This record gives sequence, structure tokens and C-alpha cells, in this order.
Amino acid sequence: MSHDNSHAHHEPIPYHVFVIVWIALLVLTGITVGASIFFPGVIGITVAGIVTPLKAFLVMYWFMHLKYEGPAMKIMVASAMIILLILLAGLLGDILFR
Amino acid sequence: MAYAGVAPERTTFYEQGTTDKPTGLKSWLLSTDHKRIGIMYLTAMMFFFAIAVSLGLLIRLELLTSGPTLPFVNQRIYNSFFTLHGVIMIFLFVVPGLPSVFGNFFLPLQLGAEDVSFPRLNLFSFYLYMTGAVLALVSIVMPGGSPDTGWTFYVPYSYETGPAAIMAGLAAFVLGFSSILTGLNFVTTIHRMRAKGMGFFKMPLFTWSLYATAWIQVLATPVIGITLMLVLAERFLQVGVFNPALGGDPVLYQHLFWMYSHPAVYVMVLPAMGVVSDMLATFCHRTIFGYKAIALSSMSIAVVGYLVWGHHMFTTGISPTSAKIFSLLTFFVAVPTGMKIFNWVATMYKASIELKTPMLYTLAFIFQFSIGGLTGLPLAALSTDIQLHDTYFVLGHFHYVAFGGIVFAFFGGLYYWYPKMFGRMYDERQGVIGFLLQFIGFNLLYFPMFMLGLKGMPRRYYDYLPEYESLHALSTYGSWILAAGLLLMAWNFLRSLGKGEEAPDNPWEGTTLEWDTTSPPPLLNFDKEIVVTRGPYDYPEEETR
Repeated sequence: MSHDNSHAHHEPIPYHVFVIVWIALLVLTGITVGASIFFPGVIGITVAGIVTPLKAFLVMYWFMHLKYEGPAMKIMVASAMIILLILLAGLLGDILFR
Repeated sequence: MAYAGVAPERTTFYEQGTTDKPTGLKSWLLSTDHKRIGIMYLTAMMFFFAIAVSLGLLIRLELLTSGPTLPFVNQRIYNSFFTLHGVIMIFLFVVPGLPSVFGNFFLPLQLGAEDVSFPRLNLFSFYLYMTGAVLALVSIVMPGGSPDTGWTFYVPYSYETGPAAIMAGLAAFVLGFSSILTGLNFVTTIHRMRAKGMGFFKMPLFTWSLYATAWIQVLATPVIGITLMLVLAERFLQVGVFNPALGGDPVLYQHLFWMYSHPAVYVMVLPAMGVVSDMLATFCHRTIFGYKAIALSSMSIAVVGYLVWGHHMFTTGISPTSAKIFSLLTFFVAVPTGMKIFNWVATMYKASIELKTPMLYTLAFIFQFSIGGLTGLPLAALSTDIQLHDTYFVLGHFHYVAFGGIVFAFFGGLYYWYPKMFGRMYDERQGVIGFLLQFIGFNLLYFPMFMLGLKGMPRRYYDYLPEYESLHALSTYGSWILAAGLLLMAWNFLRSLGKGEEAPDNPWEGTTLEWDTTSPPPLLNFDKEIVVTRGPYDYPEEETR
């Protein structure tokens, strides 16, 4: 069988890394909530639009071990993200210019 | 022999299973063998196909004359008929059909593998499919009547109508998960389980098409799942997403719905193109023209197919800027599709074509799919779409693609692989007559719809003006001829299971790997490791007729 051996072995991740990422996620959530309360409307949505992908990245990269995967897995995830961006661009192309 | 190391073994997968006992109901229901799962999908889908065809025949019968025709069909029931016809046909047959039946059965065989990457997940996908199917059938008998929204579940009607629409939506949600898991399984199988020596450009084109399809299944299907969940959230929790009264945007629903449902058309059609490519090479007895172009055009159709959903919404009031972009992008899809058609025609040029039943379906596919594709262009153009949107022209276009293209390819594939799947030959004469009836019936049924649409007949209407009657009658007569062809085909397949001649291992002199094992194959497909030494359609020069 020809194997696409993309799964690299790695050392166990220390717990403190997860704690740091968790705290970062909480802080980012606080920023999103705060922005939506104090700057509702365009600014709040813009902040959420920037912070949310950042949170998704942290979850995928650390919690879902993407950092330790081979290139095939990274390309797969990246292509899903690109598709998502395309879908959002198509949606905004209507909503912003309607 | 194109491949080394194959030693046929005579115990078939019907006699040797993955459970304790090789035969009996349990050995099928709990089997993780990809071939048995493929046959279970086939059995279930033929049942649902029969239901959907019956509903379609009832729709055509009601439309035979202007005014009420059938005494038991009123406007509400008519709405349910076309909704259920669409939901069952699309979500239970056309979308999962080719990948789940032929993909399951033949992907590992064409790769030289023993099974798919995740056999248990494969069985789980089947049960998710059956769960979704049961939910869809339950929706028919829900209090308040069967779903009547059309297969698109457009808001705001879908959360104002009876609870059956929610049940049907839930069915589509569950079926979506089945599709995602099948796609995931196929992507992994293709990446990790190819036989030794089989690079990507030594894969058969059916496998290539499954690869492109699987990516769409994985990436696009979640969008419809989330959308249907949002409809539920809006209906039960009053969250404003699509309802203007709650601050939502109904056009957003259409965006999200078509983000999935347009790529889903390619989930349906790409494997059909793959089957057609395989059959063309086999029945022309020559290497397919432009192998790499056909393979890569599948991938480009998959990519461009993501970008064109807005062409379903030109008349909804979307922004003109966005409409122009979607229109332009839609025309781009015609490029890779045209590449395939030119390559298929070039393959047939000066070939000694063997007109067996599968090849007849292949030719019908090219003819009908071309009409379906070309009639898509007036719908992609902003000006003409305003006239044609939501008319019978759209119905004609869609059915020429979905039935004339995909379902004809499905039937062609069934004839082509029937000897391998069941170890028996079908009756060729009945096959040809059945095909002719289907071809004539299909064109008589759907071609008048283009004319009806151009004259302004709207789709989904229970009644119509007398001026449309003759074309509607013609269409209904076509449905009867088509039904006769389908019945003859069903009879041929069922009868041949017991009385058909024993099939040789390679009845068509095919060159892809599935023809290098026994008919039907053994449990693990091949009893030795496969080593691929040449391309999937390499006919030696002296054998090319």
C-alpha cells in the first residue's frame, strides 16, 4: 500500500500550554463580549469578525493538535478555511452592496 | 494482464462475511464489508426511487388536463407530492446514489484495497442514511399534513407551515451527516489505501470523480446542516436569523441553502461523469482521450461549483454587483464541463464502439447532459433568467441534468457493473429495449417543459391555463413510456439475479482493477497484494480495435 504518512509523532503537550491557551480564549471571548456591549454595531461586529477566527485558530492549532500534524492535514484544514472565506466573501458581496 | 500479483479466488463475499455467520440477515445488517454495504444502499435506494417515481407519475397524471384531474388530489396534496418527490429523489437517491452504491462497492476495488479506510464508520453512515430516510417517511404522516414547502424548505414558509416540514428538514440534516462521513471515508481511503505503484494519475477516472465529490461532501454539507438548525432555532426559540419580523433576512436563508445545494449538484454529477468516463474507455476499447484533463476538470468543477450558488437567487433582490459576479462565475463552470464532453467525444472518434447497453446509456448521458448543461446558460444570464426563473424551463433544465445525466449514468453503471456485483449477466435484448423506452419516454416527458417554460408556465402550480394543455399532455404520455422502460429494467435485473448466465470475471474486457478479480469478488477483494504497473486505461496498441 502506498501510504501518505502525514501523522508525525510528538512528545506529550505539557498541561500549562493548554491552560495558557484556555486563558487566551477567555480573554478573547471577553474582548468580543465587551466590544458588542460598549461598541454595538459595526465596531462590535468587526471585533467579533477578527477575534473569532483567532480563537478558532488557537483551538485547532493547540487543542486539536494541528501543530503536530503533517502537511497533508494542514492543507486539508487550510482548504476548508479558504472555502469558508470564499463563502463569506460571496455573502458579503450581496449584503454590503444590496 | 495490466496488473501483477492477482490470483483469483472463488469464495465470494456472498459466502464469506465479516460477522460470525457468513449468511443470514444479521450477516448483512452488521457487515462492515464495503461491497455488502454498497448492495444494502442499492436495495434501499431502489425502494426510495420507486416511491419518488410513483409520486412523479401522480404529479404528471394530475397535470394531464387543465383543472382538477385526479379526484383525490387537491392543491394541498399536490404541494405535498412535489415536495416529497423532490426530497426523496434528491436527498435519498440522486445525491447519495452514485457515491454510496458504486463508490462503496468499487472504490476499494479500483484502488486495489481490501476495504475503505474506516469500515465501521462506513456502516454507521449507512445507518445514518436509513435514519434520515425513516424521518423523511415519517414526515409524510405527521399531523397537519405532509411537508408542502418544496424540497428547498424556503423561509418564511417553512417555519409557518405544519411540523412536517421540520421533520423533513431534520431528515435532510441527518442525511447530511451520512454524506459527510462517507466523504471523509473516501478521501482517507484514496490518500492512504492505493495499491503499490498507483499514483494519483494512475487512478481510474471514477475514483478521481469520487475524490472530488468527497471533498465537496466534507466541506459543503455542514452548511446545510447548520442552516436547517438555524431554521429550528428561529421557529422554536424565536432567534432572529431569517425572519424579518425578528430582525432576520430571508434572502440569507437562500444564500446558505444554495451554498450547499449547488455544490450538491456536483456531488450528484461528478461521479456520474466518472462512471461515464470508465464506460467510454471500456466500450471504445481504447485509452481515454485527455485523461489528465478529465481528472483535473473534476477538481476544477468541484472548486468553481462552490462559487456560483447566487445564480439561484437573481430574482430575489440580491445586489446587482453580486449578481453580475455570480453570473460570470457560472459561465466558468461550463469550461471544465465542456472539456470533459470534448474529451469523451474525442475518445469515440474512430473507435470501434461496442454498443452494449451500458454504452447506450453513456451516449444518452452525453446527449442529454449536454442539453441540460446548455440550457443552464440562459438561466445563468441575468437578463434571460428574469423571464425563465421558476418556470418549467428550470424543471426541464434540472431534469435533463439530474435524470437525463445522473440517473442515466447510474443505470448505465448498474448494467456495466452488474456482472461484477452479482456474478450474473443481465439480458442484453431486454436491456436495449428498456433503454430505448427510457430514452424516448424521458425526452418526451421533459423536452416539452422547455417550451412550457418559454411560454411562461410557472413551476409548482396545481393548475394551468388551457393553452398549456397539449404540451402537458405530451409530457404525461412521456412519463408512461419512461415508467414502462423502468419496469422492464427492474424486471431484467431481478430476473437475471436467478436466471442470468454466469458472468465471466471480465465480460467487457475492462482494464481497471475491479475487472482483475472474480465476479463477484472475494471478501478481501484480492488475495494477494496488488502491484500496479501501468495506467488505468492502457490498452496495448495491438489490442486497440
